[in-house]
Amino acid sequence: MTTSIHIRVQTEDFDVAQEYAALREGNTQDGAIVFFTGLVREMNQGQDVTGLYLEHYPAMTEKALAGIVDQACGRWPLSRVSVIHRVGQLHISDQIVFVAVSSHHREAAFNACHFIMDFLKNQAPFWKKETTAQGDRWVQALAKDEASLEKWTDQDDQS
Amino acid sequence: MINVLFFAQLKEVLHTSSMQLELSAPCTVKDLKQRLIAQQPAWQTHLETGSILCAVNQTMVDQQHTINDGDEVAFFPPVTGG
Repeated sequence: MTTSIHIRVQTEDFDVAQEYAALREGNTQDGAIVFFTGLVREMNQGQDVTGLYLEHYPAMTEKALAGIVDQACGRWPLSRVSVIHRVGQLHISDQIVFVAVSSHHREAAFNACHFIMDFLKNQAPFWKKETTAQGDRWVQALAKDEASLEKWTDQDDQS
Repeated sequence: MINVLFFAQLKEVLHTSSMQLELSAPCTVKDLKQRLIAQQPAWQTHLETGSILCAVNQTMVDQQHTINDGDEVAFFPPVTGG
């Protein structure tokens, strides 16, 4: 199956309705679209957060995201995939990331969206620096994020 | 010549975002770290923590990966995007 893939890394915000419309436009074959958005929340790792700066490795970011999407396409029949990740200065409740997949059936769409997010959190070269009342601090990677990949090593979960 | 890049808190603690090094012969990522530490002993604690990741030519690699002349080598902490 040929998958239409759109990957963007940008400072600007994105419009979920517009992205969703693009996944639906002229799409007569799919019965399921699943999307996820990640937001900046006001409390993280026990401290009040007032802002967030997202650093990335520009030459590698899109390549890493494309690699993750390719893996997902190898596991599930996906017609369209969109991944948007913002960088630079963000504020509380801002959108950070958008992952959407379109497929014939919901199982593949749910799984692929979840898979892409789990791998993005562990393998895409982005780093968050939070502004808090106590000063700026780099967000520390969590063991639970790495552990989240374990469920995808089981080949039986394919749909 | 290879280009070596550092990101996020590693860039801050090393006070360096990039540097260029002559490479007379291919070496491993581990060898490169040892060479950087030999030049800058203060970097040892930051480069030798097990959590530091490495990408060569924008692809994640392990410590035994071979670096060749012209490669771009990046060191960075575990990623926290999403």
